Amino acid sequence: MKLVKFTKKGIYCIPGKFYLDPWLPVDYAVISHGHADHARWGMKHYLCQTDSKAILKHRIGPDISIESLPYNVQKSINGVSVSFHPAGHVIGSAQIRLEYKGFVVVFTGDYKVKDDHLTIPFEPIKCHEFITESTFGLPIYNWLSEAEIQQQMHDWVKLNKAHNRTSVFIGYSLGKAQRIMKLMEGVDQLFVHSAIHNLNNAIERSGIQLPESTLLEYDFKKEVLQNKIVILPPALLGSRLLKKIPNAATAICSGWMQIRGNRRWKAVDAGFAVSDHADWNGLLSAVKATEAEKVYVTHGSQATFSKYLNEIGIESYEVKTEYGIEEEEKEDSKTIKTETE
Amino acid sequence: MKHFSDLISSIEITNKTNAKIDALVDYFSTASDKDKLWVITLFTGKRPPRPVKTALMRQWCMEITGYPEWLFLESYSNVGDLAETIALMLPDPTHHIEKSLDEWMKELKKLTSKADEEKKQYVLNAWSGLQMQERFIFNKLIGGSFRIGVSKKTLVNALAKYSGIDANQLMHSIIGNWDMGSISFDELLQGEHINYDNSKPYPFCLAYALEKELQDLGHPKDWQVEYKWDGIRGQIVKRNDEIFIWSRGEELVTSQFPELVEAMEVFDDDFVIDGEILALKDNAVLLFNDLQKRLNRKTISKKLLEEVPIGFYVYDLMEWNGEDIREKPMSFRRDLLERLFSLEKRAPHTVLSEIIEFDEWNDLNDIREKAREFNSEGLMLKQKNSPYHTGRKKGDWWKWKVEPLTIDAVMIYAQKGSGRRSSKYTDYTFAVKTDDGLVTVAKAYSGLTDKEISEITRFVNKNAIEKFGPVRTVKPELVFEIAFEGIAFSNRHKSGVALRFPRISRWRKDKPVDEIDTIEDVKKLITDPS
Repeated sequence: MKLVKFTKKGIYCIPGKFYLDPWLPVDYAVISHGHADHARWGMKHYLCQTDSKAILKHRIGPDISIESLPYNVQKSINGVSVSFHPAGHVIGSAQIRLEYKGFVVVFTGDYKVKDDHLTIPFEPIKCHEFITESTFGLPIYNWLSEAEIQQQMHDWVKLNKAHNRTSVFIGYSLGKAQRIMKLMEGVDQLFVHSAIHNLNNAIERSGIQLPESTLLEYDFKKEVLQNKIVILPPALLGSRLLKKIPNAATAICSGWMQIRGNRRWKAVDAGFAVSDHADWNGLLSAVKATEAEKVYVTHGSQATFSKYLNEIGIESYEVKTEYGIEEEEKEDSKTIKTETE
Repeated sequence: MKHFSDLISSIEITNKTNAKIDALVDYFSTASDKDKLWVITLFTGKRPPRPVKTALMRQWCMEITGYPEWLFLESYSNVGDLAETIALMLPDPTHHIEKSLDEWMKELKKLTSKADEEKKQYVLNAWSGLQMQERFIFNKLIGGSFRIGVSKKTLVNALAKYSGIDANQLMHSIIGNWDMGSISFDELLQGEHINYDNSKPYPFCLAYALEKELQDLGHPKDWQVEYKWDGIRGQIVKRNDEIFIWSRGEELVTSQFPELVEAMEVFDDDFVIDGEILALKDNAVLLFNDLQKRLNRKTISKKLLEEVPIGFYVYDLMEWNGEDIREKPMSFRRDLLERLFSLEKRAPHTVLSEIIEFDEWNDLNDIREKAREFNSEGLMLKQKNSPYHTGRKKGDWWKWKVEPLTIDAVMIYAQKGSGRRSSKYTDYTFAVKTDDGLVTVAKAYSGLTDKEISEITRFVNKNAIEKFGPVRTVKPELVFEIAFEGIAFSNRHKSGVALRFPRISRWRKDKPVDEIDTIEDVKKLITDPS
C-alpha cells in the first residue's frame, strides 16, 4: 500500500490529498509543530494540534485558515483518518498518524523521548511505516538525564553569582526557552527577551502554565539584572543588547553543545547539551517501538542512521526534505528582526 | 580527577585568555603539589610515553558498543578528536572512581610495560567508572596531544599571576631540566634549578606597516634596508656557555632547533641577537609551510633535520659580552654584528641579513616586487640612528610587504576541520578553468569569518555528493578570490603550477562561475626570474 509519497512540496498523503509539513504552498497542510521549518507561511488551510494553534497564528499570521485537534482524536480527511499524538519536542508538538484501510503511517515531525516535565511526553505508536527525523542520529549524541543537566546548569549559575556575573542562557524561543525556564524555575528571577515573552503569551493562551518570568524591557536598568538569569534567542548572540548586560556569562543550550568543537566554535562561556530532539538511543528505541516494516529517515544524519537501521535488520530509506538543523539559527533571526526593529 | 576535569572544562570552553588564566590560578591555589606539577608537565608537552596504542582503544570501544567500524569512523569525523569520540560513544558509567591526577599518571606509567590483556582490563575498568568528561580526560592522559587551547605562554602567565614571579623567568623554569619527584612546586617556581640571569630575554623591537610615501622618510642614506622574511622571529641568548632561543611569543623554543644551538657554540663571545628562524636549504629560503613541519615536535628525527634544515637570519645585536647596547644607534650595532658574523668566521646555519644597496627611493619599488621570487615577503626599512626599541614604536622601523597575487577560483571540495572547527567545513580545495573542465590549483583554510564558514557549511550539507567520510565534493558554484605570495611551475601538480601561501582573500558572491580565471591566466602570473 502506498499511503504517502515524498514530493518537491513535501510529504504527500495520496488518498487524503493533503501534505504533512510542506515547504512550498499547498491547499491543505497538516502541521506537526510550530517551528519555522515545519510550519511555513502560505498554506491555504492548516490543521494542527490544539496547543499549537495559538503559536501558528502568532508566527504565521492571525488571519490564517486554521483548524485544530486535541491529541488522540481522529479526523477523517478524504477517507484517511488523521490524528495527533504527543511528540515531546516542544509544546503542542505532535506525531501525525495516518490510517487508511487498516494501513498506518506515522510521521514524527521532530521528537524527544525523554520527559522534560513541560511538554506531554512522547508516546510510541505502532505502525506499518514510520517517518522519523534523525537530527542527532549518531552514537556520539547521548544526553545526560534531566536531573544531571539541571544540576550542571544550577552549578554554573551559582558559580556566576559567586563572581558577580549575570547568567545568560541562549535558546530558541519556541521550546528551548520554556525548557530553560523550567530547568531554572525557582533558582532566581528569570528575565526573558520580548520574542520569548510574546511566545510565552501565545502558549499561555492555550491554557498551559509556564514558570514565572519577567519581560526584559528594551531600556532595562543594568542593576536590575545583576546576578540574575536572562534568556535570549540565538539571534542575539553578539548583539548590543547582550553586551549591555553587566558581567554577562553566556551559555548556549543546544544538543550540538555535546561536542567540544561546537562549544569552542561558538566562543561562549559555557555550553549545555539541552536538546528537544531524541538522542541516538532515543531514536533507536522509538524506531523499534513502532515495529514498523519500513522506516523513512528524514533530516539530520539520515544517511548514517538509515544505513545502520538496515544493518540491524530494519528496512530503511533516507528521504531528502527541507526540514533542517538550522531551526535554531533560521527561525529566530527571522522572528527577532521583525520583533525588535 | 574531578578537580582536574573541572579545570579542563572551564579553560577549554572560553576563548578569553584571562578567563583561562583565572581558572588556572584557582587550580594552583587549591590543588595538591604533585597534581600541580603534573599540570605543568602536561601543558608543556613533557608527557610520558603513551602506554596504550590508539588502535587498541578504538578496537575496545567498538567491542563494548558493538558498533561497526564505519559508524565509529563517521562519528569520529564529526567529532574530530579520538579521545572525545570514544568518551561520547561509551555507555553510561556503572560506578564512580575518584583518584587524583597524580595517581592516574602513576598508574598509567606502570601500565606501559604490561601485556595488552592487562591494559585492556585497566582501561575498561576506568571507562566504566568515569563520567563523560572525566573519561575524555583519561583518554587524553593516555596519549594524543593535550592541546586544549592553553599555550605555554598562558600557563606561564597564570603561574606568574599566582606567584608574582616574572613570567619569562617562569618560562625558563618550566622548560628547564626538572623531574617529578626531585623538585617541589614552589622550588620549581622559584627557579632553584636554573640560572635565569643566563636566559633573560629582551622585549622584541617591532615594526609598523609602512603608512607614508618613501620620499617622506627623509634621505635614503639615513636608512638601512633589508629583506623581510616570513619565518619565526627569534632571539638567541648566549651567556656563560648557555644558549637559549626565545620566540616572539616569549616561548623558549631552544630544543626545537638543535642545529642553531650547535652553531652558536662556536662563538667565544656572549651575545643576544635578534633574527628570523627560517627553513633554509642550499642557501635558499624555503616556504613557511616547510618550516611548520619542524615546529612543536617532541622529538626531531634525523630525517626531518635533513629535509628541513634551519637557518637563522641575523638582524640585530642587543647585548655583547654582557653589555646592553640597545640604546646605541643601529649603525653601531650593525658594525659590531658584522664583525661577529663576518664571512670568514661565519658559523653554519647563520646568515647575516643582507643590507640592500640603493641610491634613490624609487629603486626600491623594483627590488620589493622581485622579493617574492626568493620567498621574501618584502622589505624592512630601519632608521640608521634608531635604538633597539622596547616593543612597537612608530617612526624608526617600517615593514613594507609585497602585495599578494590573486586569482578567482571555484570551490570543488570541502573538508571538516579539527578541534574547534570539527563541526564545520573549513578546509577547501579550489579550481580554475581548463579547456575541458576544471583543475585544482590550491587548498586553503583561512581567510573567512566564522559566519561565512557557517554559510559555506550549510551549502556543503545541502549540495554534497558523498554522504560518508570527511571530504565532500560540492557543486562548483562558490567563487573566491585566492591570494598568494608567489607562483612557480611545478611538475608535482596536475595544474602545472604551485602557489605559495594560498589563502582566501574574499568570497566573490558577485562573480558567476564562468567568469573565474583559466589555468592560462594563472600561468601568466609566473614571472621568469631569468
